[in-house]
Amino acid sequence: MKNHVILRFVTKLLIPHILLYAFYVQWHGDFGPGGGFQAGVIFAAAIVLYGLIFGLQAAERAIRPGLVQSGVALGLLLYIGVGIASMLLGGEFLDYDALGHDGQHHGILLVETGVFITVASVMITVFYSFAELIRRQ
Amino acid sequence: MTDVLGLFNYWIVIVLMMTGFYIVIARHNLIKKLIGLSVFQVSVFLLYITIGVIEGGTAPIVAEGYAVYSNPLPSVLILTAIVVGVATIAVGLALVVRIQEEYGTIEEDEIQAQDHKA
Amino acid sequence: MSGEQLIDIVLLTLLASTAIAIARLRNLLATAMLTGIFSLLGACWMLFLDAPDVAFTEAAVGAGMSTILILATLCVVNAEEKPSRESPIALVAVLLTGGVLVYGTLDMPSYGDPDAPATTSPITRIYLDSANAPSEQEEGHAAGSNPGDGFVVGIPNTVTTVLASFRGYDTMGETAVIFTAGLGVLMVLAGARHRRPDPSMEIEPEPVDEGPGK
Repeated sequence: MKNHVILRFVTKLLIPHILLYAFYVQWHGDFGPGGGFQAGVIFAAAIVLYGLIFGLQAAERAIRPGLVQSGVALGLLLYIGVGIASMLLGGEFLDYDALGHDGQHHGILLVETGVFITVASVMITVFYSFAELIRRQ
Repeated sequence: MTDVLGLFNYWIVIVLMMTGFYIVIARHNLIKKLIGLSVFQVSVFLLYITIGVIEGGTAPIVAEGYAVYSNPLPSVLILTAIVVGVATIAVGLALVVRIQEEYGTIEEDEIQAQDHKA
Repeated sequence: MSGEQLIDIVLLTLLASTAIAIARLRNLLATAMLTGIFSLLGACWMLFLDAPDVAFTEAAVGAGMSTILILATLCVVNAEEKPSRESPIALVAVLLTGGVLVYGTLDMPSYGDPDAPATTSPITRIYLDSANAPSEQEEGHAAGSNPGDGFVVGIPNTVTTVLASFRGYDTMGETAVIFTAGLGVLMVLAGARHRRPDPSMEIEPEPVDEGPGK
């Protein structure tokens, strides 16, 4: 794949835009279609594309496997953390009104970030696991 | 007549669903079964989304100038279901890789034959 | 026939023919590609049915990640589907189930019916009204604490509101499911060493040509 000049060139042009688009979908999920799930999968798709064209080693140097494996748990931790924070601030579990003024909006943003981190990390981890098998063959 | 035309969408979706179902139960190759499961899942999603459509409505994102919106609830249910579906397929494919390593084949009848011999 | 109905019929025909092709093909690589196309067509149809969030997710997940995973497995496993006899029992079961489902749809509301129970339910009105911005007098106390207020969140995308706020508990459970799937794949594939399939099952290579005199 490294020898195909057109593929390499176009991929290098496209990947930053795909990543930027993933973040756009994540943060503008309130005002248009989007949200955590879509953004996570698009982010993972950019990393998968990089791994397909430039090789698994290059992708693992960019996004380390240990980092994504901890990301799998961190997203869920963030989600539950928001719930526990609202409990500590006086409301019920996942009651965003207890998070203060404009609590609903902040709560939804935080929760969607947690979903984004978990979904992106799981997709990248699964791809790495399968690709390692192919490399070991 | 409008009744039949109104139900036409549902019937096509049921045809898709039954095709996926047939692939799951009638084919012996494990990867083919998982692909059939994926087809079945997509057609179930289509059935749910068809329920939420309103004639003359638009996407359930509130904006100026639109009065009729489609039902947001089926979209929410299916968003969850889609990602859970891909998670299921991922775990299924990982199991297929391990089965190939242990049995040397991914045809269901050969695997069962080896199990019976053991 | 209006343009919308034409798009409807074309998309449905393409979907049905792709599904039948997936069932009939034996080459697994072609089947994997067709699955990606099927998911993409499904996403187009979902967009046509006024559900852009779902179309988005289905296109990214079905036509993107799912196809990659099937291709990666085919790369590792390297098999082709063996021909199997058409099973009459399976056909009967499928036709029976299909018949029962069609009988069930006779009770369902017509496509796009504005009087459908899902549309006229009061909860739908609450979901759609949640997009209104909280009014000025609600500063200082939680929105929705006045009776008759409904529940206002102020976000235009009602699907995100329902997903993250009204049904936040379900989304937490679903994130846990994705987490568990990631763990599952890691654990199943951690011990995979993947050697070649059993060499005794391979066809014996043809003997090399005996010599120039033959």
